[in-house]
This record gives sequence, structure tokens and C-alpha cells, in this order.
Amino acid sequence: MKIHVELDVVRQTKWYEYALRFLFGGLITATAGIIAKKFGPEIGGLFLAFPAIFPGSATLIENHERERKARLGLKGTKRAAQAVSVAAAGASIGSIGLAAFARAVWKTISNHSPWLALLGAILVWMTLSVLLWQIRKRFAPLRRRIKRAPVPNE
Amino acid sequence: MSEIVLRFLIGGAVVSAFALLGDLFKPKSFAGLFGAAPSVALATLALTLSLEGARYVATEARSMVVGAIAFLVYASVVSWVMMHYKWRALPVTASSILLWFGVAFGLWCVCLR
Repeated sequence: MKIHVELDVVRQTKWYEYALRFLFGGLITATAGIIAKKFGPEIGGLFLAFPAIFPGSATLIENHERERKARLGLKGTKRAAQAVSVAAAGASIGSIGLAAFARAVWKTISNHSPWLALLGAILVWMTLSVLLWQIRKRFAPLRRRIKRAPVPNE
Repeated sequence: MSEIVLRFLIGGAVVSAFALLGDLFKPKSFAGLFGAAPSVALATLALTLSLEGARYVATEARSMVVGAIAFLVYASVVSWVMMHYKWRALPVTASSILLWFGVAFGLWCVCLR
């Protein structure tokens, strides 16, 4: 499947789902700041990669998938779980990009223009994440073939 | 107090924007990349940069590398559990946050303390 944009999702998402994301996003950002002030940037920095809104996003994906299947008269439990699993797999690839983002900021922000360093780090996150996603997608059929292959007799 | 409110508002807006981007894109594995977007980091670091300076931000970013590795473990475990057990998303994703805490603080103690 090619990368594309589906605008229907914006209509599917309810106002309180947007409000919840805003609330959780705001809370974790404020909390990270408070923790950094109280325990220092060494501990506070950990929370910059805290999966604050992931449970909310995963629940949203699950609900939308169930609703879609319910319209077809199906339960959709299995499909919804698979959709969350696939999204989490994407997030695990994204987290490698997130680590690269953090390393880029750590190594460059003191020696270069800070805003340019942040911009560069965003580019590193985006490029590495998309590149790793493409590699995973390219090798997915091969992995499936290896899994299905019969185990040779010893 | 006003700084916390400012952090809350900027964080809420940036996180919501990245989450919306994640909703729009298909396939879901690609959209999932935005689940690990540096949204909280961008909101925090930009504000911290103007208040505390670059050295403070560099220290936060160094710890963030460890937090991101913990996120990788967290997301991989959630993906595996959801694929194999078909449980509800909220209990799995919420309880696995304990794993994030364990890996993040464990690695921090070993590597950065």
C-alpha cells in the first residue's frame, strides 16, 4: 500500500478525542518541565520520550476499526487488535528516529545555532524514520516467506 | 505558574498536531511513526532553550536518548502482545508504561548516572 492521506478520519474523530489528546499532551509537557526543575535535566530529559498519548491513540485506532467492522455486521476484535499492533510496530520504528533526534540535539545544540540544531534534528527524525519504514516494508514479503517455509528434517 | 501554563498550552497544541498528522496518513504502520514523534520534546526543548540555554537542553537531550530506547522496547512489546493475544488496547498500552519506566530508569542508572 502506498503512503496516502485520508481526510475522512478527521470527521470520524470526536471532539472529546481531540480534547483528550490536548489534555494529555499538555499534561506530560508541563510535568516534564516540573520534573526537570525538581530533579534536574538528567531525569527530566527521560520524559521527553514518554509514550504519553500512545494509549489514547491506540484506543482511538481500535475504536475506529471496531466501528468500521460493526457497520459490516462484524465484531472486529481481531482486526482492531491487528491494527493497533501495526501502529505500535510503526511507533517502534519511529522511536529509533526519536533516539536519533535526541542524539542530534545533544551533540549539536551547544556548538551550532540552537534553532538550526533543532530544525536539523527534526529532519534527522523524519528522514531516518521514513527510511527505516521503507526498508521494513521492502523486507516484509521476504520475512513472511521465511516464516511459512517448512522446517527441514534434521 | 505562568511557565507551567505556557508549557501545557504549547505541549497540548504540538502533541495534538502530530497526533492529527498520524491520523491522516495511511497505511497504519506509516501513521504509527507519528506515535513516536518528538512532539513533547519539541514543545519542551524550544521553551527550555529560551529560558535555560543550550547546555541545559543538551543534558535533557542526552537523557532523552535513553527514554527513546525505552519507547522502542515499549512499542515493540505492545505490538507483539496485540498481534498474539488480541486483548483490548487500553489495558495493554497503559500497563506496558510500567515497562517504559523500568527500562528508562534502569538504563539511566547503568549508562548515565
